[in-house]
Parts: sequence; C-alpha cells; structure tokens
Amino acid sequence: MAQAAHDTAHSGHDDHHDHAPGFVSRWLFSTNHKDIGTLYIIFAVVAAFVGVTLSILMRIELQQPGMQIFSGGQAWNAMISAHGLVMVFFVVMPALIGGFGNWFVPIMIGAPDMAFPRLNNISFWLIVPAFMLLVGSMFVGQGAGAGWTIYPPLSDSTYQSGPSMDMALFALHLAGASSILGAANFITTIFNMRAPGMTLHKMPLFVWAMLVTAFLLLLSVPVLGGAITMLITDRNFGTSFFKPEGGGDPVLFQHLFWFFGHPEVYIMILPAFGIVSHVLSTFSRKPIFGYLGMAYAMVAIGVVGFVVWAHHMFTSGISVDTRAYFMAATMIIAVPTGIKIFSWIATMWGGSLDLRTPMLYAIGFVFLFTVGGVTGVKLANAGVTVILHNTYYVIAHFHYVLSLGAVFGIYAGFYYWIGKMSGYQYPEFWGKVQFWTTFVGVNITFFPMHFLGAQGMPRRYPDYPDAFAGWNMVASIGSYISAASFLLFIWVVVLTFVRKEKAAANPWGEGATTLEWQVSSPPPFHTFDELPHIR
Amino acid sequence: MRRIFSTTRALSTALGLTLLAAGGAFAQSPDPAPGGQALGAPVPWGLGLQDAFGPVKAAIHDFNDLVLYIIIGITIFVAGLLAYVIFRYSASRNPNPSRTSHNTVLEIAWTVVPVLILLVIAIPSFRLIYYEDRARDPEMTINVQGRQWYWHYEYPDNGAFAFDSYPIPEGELRPGQLRNLAVDNPLVIPVGATIRVLTTGHDVIHSFFVPSLGVQKYTIPGRTLETWFRADREGTFYGQCNQICGNNHWFMPIAVRAVPKAEFEAWAAEAKTKFAEGSAPGWPERDRATSVASLEGAASAASPERAAPAAAATPSVEARR
Repeated sequence: MAQAAHDTAHSGHDDHHDHAPGFVSRWLFSTNHKDIGTLYIIFAVVAAFVGVTLSILMRIELQQPGMQIFSGGQAWNAMISAHGLVMVFFVVMPALIGGFGNWFVPIMIGAPDMAFPRLNNISFWLIVPAFMLLVGSMFVGQGAGAGWTIYPPLSDSTYQSGPSMDMALFALHLAGASSILGAANFITTIFNMRAPGMTLHKMPLFVWAMLVTAFLLLLSVPVLGGAITMLITDRNFGTSFFKPEGGGDPVLFQHLFWFFGHPEVYIMILPAFGIVSHVLSTFSRKPIFGYLGMAYAMVAIGVVGFVVWAHHMFTSGISVDTRAYFMAATMIIAVPTGIKIFSWIATMWGGSLDLRTPMLYAIGFVFLFTVGGVTGVKLANAGVTVILHNTYYVIAHFHYVLSLGAVFGIYAGFYYWIGKMSGYQYPEFWGKVQFWTTFVGVNITFFPMHFLGAQGMPRRYPDYPDAFAGWNMVASIGSYISAASFLLFIWVVVLTFVRKEKAAANPWGEGATTLEWQVSSPPPFHTFDELPHIR
Repeated sequence: MRRIFSTTRALSTALGLTLLAAGGAFAQSPDPAPGGQALGAPVPWGLGLQDAFGPVKAAIHDFNDLVLYIIIGITIFVAGLLAYVIFRYSASRNPNPSRTSHNTVLEIAWTVVPVLILLVIAIPSFRLIYYEDRARDPEMTINVQGRQWYWHYEYPDNGAFAFDSYPIPEGELRPGQLRNLAVDNPLVIPVGATIRVLTTGHDVIHSFFVPSLGVQKYTIPGRTLETWFRADREGTFYGQCNQICGNNHWFMPIAVRAVPKAEFEAWAAEAKTKFAEGSAPGWPERDRATSVASLEGAASAASPERAAPAAAATPSVEARR
C-alpha cells in the first residue's frame, strides 16, 4: 500500500507556480486546501484554549466540596455544556477533519486540490461564526445550561429562557452545515480525484479514515440538524415535537440526538486511527500490518456505529428487548476495534522503532484507547450501566477515548506533519517533554474518575458529597498538569517557528512512504503540476 | 511462606488498583453500623462499587466482577505487548525491520478470540438485564416523581398518601448528617419487600439513582417507567439525581430508609394521617428516638472488617432465581 512513486520530476516544483496571492485573497477568500487546512488548525488551537480554560475552571470548582467559584448551578451547567460542545465541534473535528484532512487527503491521493475549493472555504468560514455564537451564549442571559446533549424539556424555553440556548442551537446548525459541506467535499474528492494508479485498495489509511468519517458526517449530522430545528421551533414557534403536554415526546429527541451523537464519537476517533496507523508504520520502518483488515475494520466500525445509538439511553425506559439488542450490537464494535489495536501492535512487531514525539503519542494512543475501549465494553452492558450511567465512570470512559485518544491522535499528527506543513521541524526535546507532561497529566486527571463513578458520583455536579473529595482533588491536580502541558505545546509551536530549523522533504526516512513525503516541505502552493502515477 | 503469600497478595492488590481498578471490583461502602443498620453511601477514597444491599445490586456486583477481571486482563495483555515491542524492537536492538505485513492465522485469531470473550460477557449480561427489568410479584408499588429540585413519593398501596422529599441545606445539618445527601423525608420501605417503582416526570427529566440498591431510572414527563428494587438489610441508602435538570441538579439527593415491616406499617399509618393534615411524614419513629444523627455517625466510624458480613448477607443470583 502506498508504495507511491512520483513520476514527475521533483525539481520543477519549487520554482514554478508557487506564487501565493496576497493576504486577504489568500487567507480570507482561500480556495487552497493547504491554506484552509492551516486556518482550521489555527482555529482548533484557539478553540482548544477556550475549551481547556473551561475545563480548568471546572476542576478548580471541583477541587474541593462546596461551591467555590461558580455563583450557582445554572452558570455551572452553561459552562460544562459549552466545554463539551467546544471540544467536540470546535477543537477535535476542526483539527482532525478540517485541518489534517484538508491538508493531507488531496496530497496523499495525488490530487491537486479538493474537489470543491470554494465549498471548502465556506465550510471553514461557517464554523467561525458558529464558535462565536456558542462562546457568546455563555455570556448572554443565563447561558445554555442543558448539557451538550441538550435534552428537552430542560432545553425548552420554559427552563432555558432567553436567547442563549437559541444561540447555542444556531451554533450547532452552522457547525453542522459546515460539516456536511466538508463531508460532501471529501467524499467527492476521494472518489473522483485519485491520481492514476491510486486504487481504493492502495489508498493510505488516513484517507480511508477520512472517507468513512465523511460518510458518517453526511448521514448523521442532518439528523442532528432536524432534531435541533424541531427544538428551535418548540422553543420559539409553539410547536410541540418534544413537549409531552402537546403530544410530543422527550425521548424522541434522545433517539434523534444519539443517532447523530454516537456516529459523532467515531467521527472524532476515526481520523485519529488513520494518523496513528501512519505514524506507527513510519517510525517502525515497516508497512502497516493487515492493511485491508485495518481499512475494513474502520468501515465496519462506521456501519455498526450507526445502529448502536440507544446504548446512551439504557435508563430512558426503552424496553428490555431493545436494550438487549443495543447491548449486543454495541459489544460487536469491540471486534473491529480489537483488530485495529492488535494490527497496530503487529505493525510495530519486528520493526525498528524510533521513539520520536509522534511515535510516543501514537503508542500512548494505542494504550490509552485500549483502556477507554475496555471500559466501553463494560458500559455496553445495560445491566451494569444501570448504576454507571451518567456517573464519572462514563466521564472517565469517554475522556480516555477522546481526550486521551482523539487528542493524542491530534498531537501525533501535529508532530508528524508540522515539518511538512510549515517547513520547520519541531524541537524534539521539547516535544518529548510535552508528551510526558501530557501523558502524566491526563492520566492523573481521568483515571481517578473511574473510582468516583464506581462510587456513584453523578456527572454535571458543581458540588458533591464530601466522600468524593479525595479523588476529585487528585483529578484537579492532574488537570493542572494537563493544562501546563497544553501551554507547553504552545511553547513548542513558538519554538518551531522561532528556531526555523528547516525540515527535509522526508525527515523520517524510509518508513514514510505516503505521497506527502515526496513533495517539498512545505509543499508548493499548487502541490502537483502533473498528476503523480502510483505503481 | 506466609510472608511470600502476603507479599504476592499485596502486589496483586497494588496491580489491581493501579492497572485497572477501572470498574471497581472491590466493593467499598460504609460498613454497617452497630445493630445491623446498613449505610449505602460513597466512602472517602472509595475505589469500587458501593456495597450491595439488595438482590439487584448483588447481581450487578457478580457481573461487574466478571467483566472487570476480563478487561483488566485485556489491558495488562495489551500493555505487556506494547512494553515488549518497545523494548525488543527498538531501533538500537533491531536495526533491520522485517517486512511482514500479513499473518492469516494471527488475524483470524484476534478476530475470533474477542468474539468468544464477548460471548462470555454477553450471556450473563442478558440474564442480568432481564432480571433487573421488572419485579416478579412485587409486594408494593411506589410512585417516584422527580421535580425541580426535590423528590415526590407516592404510596398507592398504603393509603395513597404522597409527600415531598427535600434536601437539608448545609446550614441546617445536624451532626452526623451527610452533606448533600441528607433529606427531610426519606423514602421509607419495608426490609425484604420487593418494591415496584413507577417513575413519572413533572417538569424536566431527572434520574432516580440509588447505587447501593442497584436502581436507576429516568423520570420523564409524559412517560411512566418501571423498575424495581429490594433492600435486604435495615438501613439508609443514599442516592442523587443523575440527569442534568437545571440549577439545583446537584442538590436533590435521595434517601431510602428500610425498616422492619411492622415499623414500616406504623410509619405508613402515621404518614397517612399526617398527609390528611397536610404535613410531611418525616423519618420512621425509631430514627426520631435514636436520632438519625447518631446512627449515621456510628456508621461512618465503623472499621473495614465489617464489610464482609454485608457481602455475605446478600445471596447469589442463582439462589434468588
């Protein structure tokens, strides 16, 4: 796979067709996939700053029992809701899909750009106002405090009056429209613009991951759009889709939300799967083990991911037979996931491991995703989820797969590709320091949450019974370390651009086989003048 | 010999704790107070599930332990493989990488073995959810309604009285009452009685959640949901609202008080009278005499050795069926 040879002469690239337009037309009206990718990554870092700040405020509040810094439950609820939505829609998705996806999908398949460059531009510029609406909703009225799951009736106008909830809903609409357009763009690009010889079964795994992700987005986000449209009309135009007093049903919203929400978690993790596959293969100097199994495992995860949504609703009163089905379907996902974990280990097996920062993050990903994965298997069982649903056990589980899984994937991708994207290599020493602080910090933060959850601490609590104080203190300390590691990451970025250590076209050696390593660092403004031929 | 054994045990305990006490195999809860009173509440630095004080929770424990050991095993296995690979195949030890990228037997193995493990989990899991689903021949029904931000309980089988259960604010706590858990009127039930719970919604969705009795159900406006529990020991079992419900989501605790049948009947009769007068029933007679405070104070001071009889008192799944 991806044994790509570049038929065109390398020399032609750097001198011709590399004149970028002026600032405004380059960055505001951009139609270049690499520039849009860069915009997405910058946006994700800015949003991450907001998201991390919110988490630190949460951990300061939870460090001790009692109300510390929040005036009351509603302010707290508004903030935790914003934390979730910011992290999901404005950090992880823009970084992985808009950022790395835009940057590398066209290059990896040997395409000159995305299929619809202007669509690409509007995709990006939709999430900026979306983000401003969401952040603004925290400061308007009482804030949108219904959790990121925005279940009615709590999200109805009776209980969340004022414009803040509407702002949050419109933010979701804009972000959703952005995602749908982006997904259509990726699917078209991947199906139609592969270079000669780049068959589907030769496509790099990151491209496979993005293809599956794009399908998940295209099929799930419209369902969220429908649900929140109904919620908006319930709030503002007197309909009662979800209002029992008008014949509506609050549980219907839960079904619609999770029909989107569950694929959404795979949307966040699949691109990370792709990145980790490339990084492990590169730094083991070995081809990926079981390429086809890896690709179709992602397809299987995507397909099955659509029929397991009600495992988020085991205590919502769905019938026991339905629970049994969703339980079984959910556990089946462990099988393709297991295939991926073991294939990653087999990729390293017999390899020649070079433990640079991206590799550390990739190995960290495999382990922490395993931890998050096995607790997921446990939570799949409705019988035990009866007492774990909505507790910190669930918080621990999904932060292990997202905050430690998807985010480790983002970091791995960043360190792996920053030399390619900027032309400057990151400082290896500081990269490793940043990895270890992150690794230690996030584990101290999230591991104790398993204990809190097992003991029955409910989520979305600003204050808790005194018995939970000990592990909350530990988690808070961990979160401060994690926040420091995020600042360290900013430091690494600054150092990278200050030191200006020139990155070679392929700094990683023979293990890096995909097309992006065959073009210069950074690639020319127009990557391919002539389509490469893949043998 | 003995020393080796204890070292091994300490090691394995440490391993269990650090590597993946992720689910809580080790039941930890406050120990029963003198006089056989059980206390279902979280404990400081607790690692595992709260103790089981009823058959549903006991069944959950059995299943939880099974899954926990399996997932700890898987995690250790993966961690071990990763550690070995990092050590054995580092660039310095293995400068020339192999080109192996396929091994059919291996690939079939790591597809089939997880399927078998999942089957081992799934079979008891299905039994558990059907057991948890509905009470067989319940002795009484209690209607539970979550409201912003208190609980409303109704006893249709005992004279159809109803009352509200409010949390006790921090400033009004008596010594020994648990902050954010203590309530003015507990949900009083007879020990050993199978209780059918019907939950209904009033304003927004809440969740009726009592960990030590193994019960959780949303209270959803427009719907009536059914679940059940049974307390096999006298005592007080605390829980909290577990679905975000607005400003005081964090301050609507649940207290379930299990007393002998006769005491329950006395309490219910009194509660019915008080209901007619428009006042709340309060705690059962015995708690007013000895005071809730001293009861709970004694419980939290108890020593860890007392956990054993509590676990032994709960029969296994098979026995109950």
